[in-house]
Amino acid sequence: MLTLVAVFAPLVGAIASALFRPIASKGAAILQSILFMLISAVAGVATLVSALHNGTPAPQHLFTWISVGAFTPGWTLRQDMLSLVMVAMVSVVSTVIHIYSIGYMAHDENRPRFFTYMSLFTFAMLMLVTANNLLQLFFGWEGVGLVSYLLINYWYERKAANEAALKAFIVNRVGDLAFAVGIALIYFVFGTISFNGIFQAVAAHGADHYTLFGHSLPALEIIGILLFIGAMGKSAQLFLHTWLPDAMEGPTPISALIHAATMVAAGVFMIVRFSPLLDAAPVALQVITVIGATTAFFAGTVGCVQNDIKRVIAYSTCSQLGYMFLAAGVGAYPVAIFHLINHAFFKALLFLSAGSVIHAMADEQDIRLMGGLWKKIPFTWLMLLIGSVALAGLPPFAGYYSKDAILDAAFAANTGISLYGFWMGVITAGLTAFYSTRLLLLVFHGPSRAPKHVHDHAHESPLVMLAPLAVLAVGAVTSGFLLHHAFIGGGSAAFWGASIVLEPHSVMNQLTSLPYWADHATIIAALTGIAVGLVFYVLAPGLPARLAQSLRPIYLFMLNKWYFDELYDWLFVRPALKIARAFWRYGDEQIIDGVPNGLAAATSELASGAGKLQTGSIAVYALVMLVGLLAFVSFFFLWVR
Amino acid sequence: MNLAGFPILSLITWLPLAGVFYIATLKGAEADIACHVRKAALLTSLVPLALGVWLWSQFNPAVAGFQFNEAYAWLPGLAVTYKVGIDGISLVLVLLTLFITPIAILSAQGITTRVRAFFSAVLLLESFTVAMFTATDFLVFYIFFEAVLLPMYLLIGVWGGPRRVYAALKFFLFTLFGSLFMLVALVWIWRNLGTTDIATLLHTPIPAGAQMWLFVAFLVAFGVKAAVWPLHTWLPDAYGEAPIPGTILLAAVLSKMGAYGFLRFAVPMLPNAVQQAEPLMFTLGVVAVIYISLVALAQTDVKRLIAYSSVAHMGVIIIGIFTFTVEGIEGALVQMLSHGLIIAGLFVATGVLAARGEGLAMNRLGGLARNMPGFAVLLMLFSLANMGLPGTSGFIGEILVIVGALKVNFWVSLLGGAGMVLGCAYMLVMVRAVLFDKHSSAAVAAFTDLKASEYAALIPLAVLVLWVGIYPASFTHLLDAPVAALVQTHTAALASHTQLAMVFSK
Repeated sequence: MLTLVAVFAPLVGAIASALFRPIASKGAAILQSILFMLISAVAGVATLVSALHNGTPAPQHLFTWISVGAFTPGWTLRQDMLSLVMVAMVSVVSTVIHIYSIGYMAHDENRPRFFTYMSLFTFAMLMLVTANNLLQLFFGWEGVGLVSYLLINYWYERKAANEAALKAFIVNRVGDLAFAVGIALIYFVFGTISFNGIFQAVAAHGADHYTLFGHSLPALEIIGILLFIGAMGKSAQLFLHTWLPDAMEGPTPISALIHAATMVAAGVFMIVRFSPLLDAAPVALQVITVIGATTAFFAGTVGCVQNDIKRVIAYSTCSQLGYMFLAAGVGAYPVAIFHLINHAFFKALLFLSAGSVIHAMADEQDIRLMGGLWKKIPFTWLMLLIGSVALAGLPPFAGYYSKDAILDAAFAANTGISLYGFWMGVITAGLTAFYSTRLLLLVFHGPSRAPKHVHDHAHESPLVMLAPLAVLAVGAVTSGFLLHHAFIGGGSAAFWGASIVLEPHSVMNQLTSLPYWADHATIIAALTGIAVGLVFYVLAPGLPARLAQSLRPIYLFMLNKWYFDELYDWLFVRPALKIARAFWRYGDEQIIDGVPNGLAAATSELASGAGKLQTGSIAVYALVMLVGLLAFVSFFFLWVR
Repeated sequence: MNLAGFPILSLITWLPLAGVFYIATLKGAEADIACHVRKAALLTSLVPLALGVWLWSQFNPAVAGFQFNEAYAWLPGLAVTYKVGIDGISLVLVLLTLFITPIAILSAQGITTRVRAFFSAVLLLESFTVAMFTATDFLVFYIFFEAVLLPMYLLIGVWGGPRRVYAALKFFLFTLFGSLFMLVALVWIWRNLGTTDIATLLHTPIPAGAQMWLFVAFLVAFGVKAAVWPLHTWLPDAYGEAPIPGTILLAAVLSKMGAYGFLRFAVPMLPNAVQQAEPLMFTLGVVAVIYISLVALAQTDVKRLIAYSSVAHMGVIIIGIFTFTVEGIEGALVQMLSHGLIIAGLFVATGVLAARGEGLAMNRLGGLARNMPGFAVLLMLFSLANMGLPGTSGFIGEILVIVGALKVNFWVSLLGGAGMVLGCAYMLVMVRAVLFDKHSSAAVAAFTDLKASEYAALIPLAVLVLWVGIYPASFTHLLDAPVAALVQTHTAALASHTQLAMVFSK
């Protein structure tokens, strides 16, 4: 019941504020949104606490959704520990960010719309994490994608916002298509799409094969990879990551809520949710490990050279999500969720602090035009410092516990691929510490590089923005050692119960027996990164520029984000638009339409005695070719199943 | 008689004719009576809708065959009876027709010339369409399948846009050309099987050799109507040139006749032929989805973009039908219903834009979210539904077809589902050009938000789109029995055919 309240209160809030918008004042509408969010957060935490004491309740069935043949997904709220942890985190972080937004959006004339979208987002995200079958998960999945689109596009008169929103939706949809086909394949193999039904039958279908590309392949591997492609889109993993940095066009609270703490982590959540199936799909897990580790490294390198404060943090998010997939890929599912929760706190904190900086600097986002701000906005400085230290992975802050555990797990798994993940992770830990240091130093220390009037006007944000920062900072400091025992330590089996069941020989049981150097790799890498950052930006400030000059190709490669945008533009976007025009102008208007029009012309000319039967003959030839192509593709479907 | 105790189907079918007669008797100058005619037409279309809803409540979904049957002697010497009845499949399409007609009438505010004739044609169209969907005799079906052409031809040719005559003629010739093939098939069936009663025909095996020829005839006839690629080129012209109410009826209702024909005739009567044609139909469906979606992406005019998107969705319907799975066929049917609602909503919205007088070229609009928030929300909703967002009706059909197709072929499922990506691209491009960015001119900035009559047309559609999206069971439970029977018969027919072949080969 409490879960029901937690999930649906944001929806009620969103609908109510939309309906009452014409009559209610802006303040009342916002207050109303926040009230429902508070209800949701209280219920979300209460349901978690109650589950810890009384055990997790059974799934709550609401009503049938689709019922066609054996395809019968319902609207059901799942209430196992994995769901409830996510519900509590999402509702609390979302509420905190709602409150922060009162201050941040105070000067926006359409701000009730902003709160409506945010509440709607929270609802969709909660539906996602409480889903009891794949289709409801997909509902939440697409729902959060939609609201993400709407919020990136919140300032819809800006061209850049339009383009970023469009890109986010379309790139996500590429992943979603694979996800949808994955759902269909699961239904084909298992005859059901309810989680329990699938998980119970994994053993029975472990040896099932499915023919693809003319080869008979293990069905579970194909399913695992299809689902992961979906997760790659939502969680901005390499190849489908291009939308996330652009998504920073949205207001900063959105970057914190959607593009850092919650939505982008949905892919990780889904992979962990499917751990029973993935445990039987070792190749899919290897793919997840490689992509996750590579993304962590890739985004880390790009983050080191970006100059927009939000983009640095965005690439950092991309990178940290890579860590989570790395953890899941080596089978350390609880560690993935542990990092997800810690990351939610410290990354939301980082984004909101960045928002506070941007607020102080009159909407300036370029860190090259900041500096010396720590005396002006000491509280924000402290908050960003805490967030950065937690991100960099220094004990006893949150990030240390989970990142350390991820690297330990990758090392302990001790396969070629997991060791690749380990080394990528170690290098990235260094990069992370470096770019965090760089960000802090450029924004807060050294001389001010801002125009004088901007620097003079820099002021601390109002209390309504600072208080949420403090709440998140408490999380970023404490969530690591508070949750450590229950999430990944001795209490984890009891804590997760049936929601994450580990194999007997799981890597989770080997985390404590590592060589000294591997166990301390995180700290060593982080300290190295910080030291390099200090050298670059305090001791030898001319060094970065000289390095950029002497290693220009590498610098440009990183600055231009490995040229993915240019590559995709050249490979997909331009050809698609060209083909589209060609299909229309030549395919449709000249060839296909040419035949009847040509025949009509020929007929009328024949009737008038001119007798030019050649009219339209090119079109006829082209049609013959089309028919040939058609026959060819038909045979393809006939033979290549 | 039937379950209702009175000829309910005939009543629903022919009530609109009473409205036609009433409107015809009205005298006076065009401008004076226009408002009166509009109201009369709207009321006339609401009564059959109410009866239809009652019919829905009385319908027994457990029965796979026809219900509420009526039969009247017609051509006794030729063994032809005027027979009507409904099963779940036809009920859903009848309800769609009854629901869309008032919407079309509401969106006809811009029609000011020959008002009497216009609304008469719309009501006549409703009668003929319902008659066609309820016919349980092939000859009766054929007659109304053709009859529907006439009012539609007039709607395009008289009240259409600048190229209306070309578009109307093209529409007429294409469909007539296709129907001729069906006529040949009809004559063959009549001569060789001795009956045109559909219920009887369903249990009359047709020799496998003849099936292929009959299927080709059906493919041309229904393929033109359903705008199956490459028989679709009449459609962008017809949709583009027809007046908005005509486009709505054409896109939401008439485009379903082809798919209905495949389900009613081709699939159950020609099991071997449709099975053999499956790869071809998949190809046509996939080409429609990908090729047409790309063409839609290249469009610069709102109405034409939506017209092409409509063709792309027909591809999904074709794929669904030819999976011969319960999921695929029900998916196709839900997609037919959903497409009817969504495309109607999109075209009503197009009409709203057209009524503001700055044309429909995308580069001449923009920024309307600012001055038309109500319109923006609704256009956004229909656009999202059109790209199959979960929670809207578009998703249900799409996912069921993907699921059904995967049972048959992975690539059909993936490529047929590609509409999820491409549809997203062209709809969002359209939405961006219309609602977002900056106003392209001062005139666009002065557009006023929706009027009451525009809300009245859009809100019911929006409610239904969400209803079908969140609780589709209200409609799918009507389809379960007939579709299950269809799939079962198909499988059984194929099995018996294979057994026979085995016997002969020994």
